[in-house]
Amino acid sequence: MARKISIRQAINEAIDQEMQRDPTVIVMGEDIVGGTGAPGEADAWGGVLGVTKGLYAKHGNRLMDTPLSESAYIGAAIGAATCGLRPIAELMFIDFMGVCLDQIFNQAAKFRYMFGGKAQTPIVIRAMCGAGFRAAAQHSQMLTSTFTHIPGLKVVCPSNAYDAKGLLIQSIRDNDPVIFLEHKNLYGHESEVPEESYAIPFAEANIVREGKHATIVTYGQTVHRSVEAASLLAREGVECDVIDLRTLSPIDMDTVLESVENTGRLICVDEANPRCSIAADVSATVAQEAFEALKAPIRMVTAPHTPVPFSPALEDLYVPSVDAIAGAVRRTMGGERRAA
Amino acid sequence: MPEKITPIVMPKWGLTMTEGTLSAWHVAEGQTISPGQEIMDVETDKIANAVEAADGGLLRRRVAQVGQVYPVKSLLGVMAPVDVPDAEIDSYISDFKVPVSAEGEEEEATSYRFVETPSGRLRYIQRSGEGAAVLFIHGFGGDLNNWLFNIDALSGPVFALDLPGHGGSAKAMANPGLEALAAAVVSFMDAQKLSAAHLVGHSMGGAVAGLVALQEPRLVRSLTLISPAGLGPEINARYIDGFVASESRRDLKPVLQYLFADADLVSRSMVEDLLKYKRLDGVQQALRGLAAALFKDGRQALNLVEDLARLKLPIQVVWGVKDAIIPAAHAKALPNARVEIIDAAGHMAQMEAAGRVNDLIKAQIAR
Repeated sequence: MARKISIRQAINEAIDQEMQRDPTVIVMGEDIVGGTGAPGEADAWGGVLGVTKGLYAKHGNRLMDTPLSESAYIGAAIGAATCGLRPIAELMFIDFMGVCLDQIFNQAAKFRYMFGGKAQTPIVIRAMCGAGFRAAAQHSQMLTSTFTHIPGLKVVCPSNAYDAKGLLIQSIRDNDPVIFLEHKNLYGHESEVPEESYAIPFAEANIVREGKHATIVTYGQTVHRSVEAASLLAREGVECDVIDLRTLSPIDMDTVLESVENTGRLICVDEANPRCSIAADVSATVAQEAFEALKAPIRMVTAPHTPVPFSPALEDLYVPSVDAIAGAVRRTMGGERRAA
Repeated sequence: MPEKITPIVMPKWGLTMTEGTLSAWHVAEGQTISPGQEIMDVETDKIANAVEAADGGLLRRRVAQVGQVYPVKSLLGVMAPVDVPDAEIDSYISDFKVPVSAEGEEEEATSYRFVETPSGRLRYIQRSGEGAAVLFIHGFGGDLNNWLFNIDALSGPVFALDLPGHGGSAKAMANPGLEALAAAVVSFMDAQKLSAAHLVGHSMGGAVAGLVALQEPRLVRSLTLISPAGLGPEINARYIDGFVASESRRDLKPVLQYLFADADLVSRSMVEDLLKYKRLDGVQQALRGLAAALFKDGRQALNLVEDLARLKLPIQVVWGVKDAIIPAAHAKALPNARVEIIDAAGHMAQMEAAGRVNDLIKAQIAR
């Protein structure tokens, strides 16, 4: 059997292999090496959840801890990218992007366009996203569509270790700014990952499961819940395509449309808040491009339009559940017409 | 008299198969099964195929239901002579336990191995057994898993390797071409201390096997060449170039459909596995290098006919008549070879007509 590793290890390995391959790759961020208050040794922490642990020992000062100033170090990393380095800047939690958003959306995202293609900004901004970690409203958001809204940014959100490694390598080699979102609940999730380096091209969705009755489109943590819902439904005789978008910008709408043309039913599952979300975007595109194929109204299963609750009981209700996803599929199939 | 009862069990195809879905029965209870007869269809997440009976007998009971999923080696049906009472069959079924392999055996059958050679690190699988060894050599863009229906069908020691640039072997080749691949096979055999083996080569791997036999005849007991390269000029450029260029599922799938007489055999997971291989660093370079050296512009650069025609060892050439990659007409090129043409197969006869090909390999070994 091939080797199984976690998403945490896959991300670490991708950074390690790219740093070995390309001397221009550097890593910057808060506490990614030791961190203030670490027990007196470099490489003690490797980030708040240990993702970059061990890399300082191999690559030394190409990894640097930065002061707690997102606008300063994200700006510095963007500047370094325009001058020939390939920085991987870790924003810790995507919720902190507000502090440095101008650097991202008005600078990095615009350079190639405004300098007539003469400037490129090969930066990867890694950040944790998502709920379910009991980390409260300021450390649990998805915010995916905040970035997909901005032309000039690429946005990636892997659901498994194979994709995490290949998409991060692709992100590092890409010449445009990439927002690389890591769901903090998935770091321990394991799958088969080749030891060799490989890059997964952007805008190539993954069909996780095949079925002819309904199409579930999702990404990140809810991929696993959607697959679980599809297994439940299969026992009832309802077979679902489950599509993991993997990259949100650019987005592989061809795969989604092809699937909906086969199944006639679309359920968009998104852990983000519903308004102007990836779910809403995919729904609108399908309604516009494949309306004739639809046999039932499109359904969205999303978080509610509220901040992420700190109460564990409420937080568990916040993220789309397996039951909610299965229920939405059943409703598109004509059963359970009243909301479950 | 349980020795009179013969179980029919879920087969294990390849390293990763743990369960399969029974998609059809081709025999009814009360029918007599002869060895080699297609008795059922089984589907895994990777591939669908007909299952041929290993043993003959009277089918007394179909235990497995169509559409259900069963673990590898679980009981699907029971054969027994007519004089075995129903009650005995009932108790055989209720007492049946999926055999647990001895430690080591399982390890051997389910693990990839690696060996360092002068041609780089090579990945292979090995199954031990008595008698003369068989070495399987896959084709362009393939890997050792192309032999998933064949490896377990043979009783002797079996090896299958990934050529340089392929599968889990080293991707870099100094001079991509047939010479480099043949050198890798020779160094693999040296590393395994294989004094000689029956070589079974598919497509480009057939040409590799042929070149090994020409350069190191001491290492080769016989050749079984399945849709081999090197016996004529034509090759499907749309396949070669399409395979090299495709980066997405959408582009690759129609290209892979050239490989099979039955295009439905190209599953999502087959396409996904090949994309995973093609994404590995160094693979694009290796494939481009080999394609340029061997198959430029839809022509095969190397013709081994004259040299192979002088070989004294037994050669058999096997070809699927619906081969859309290399025309089956090349099968007649070698005057000194036995030729077997298979009706219902395309380029991947070892998969599409596995039972027939396995019989031919066994016959070649016994010769």
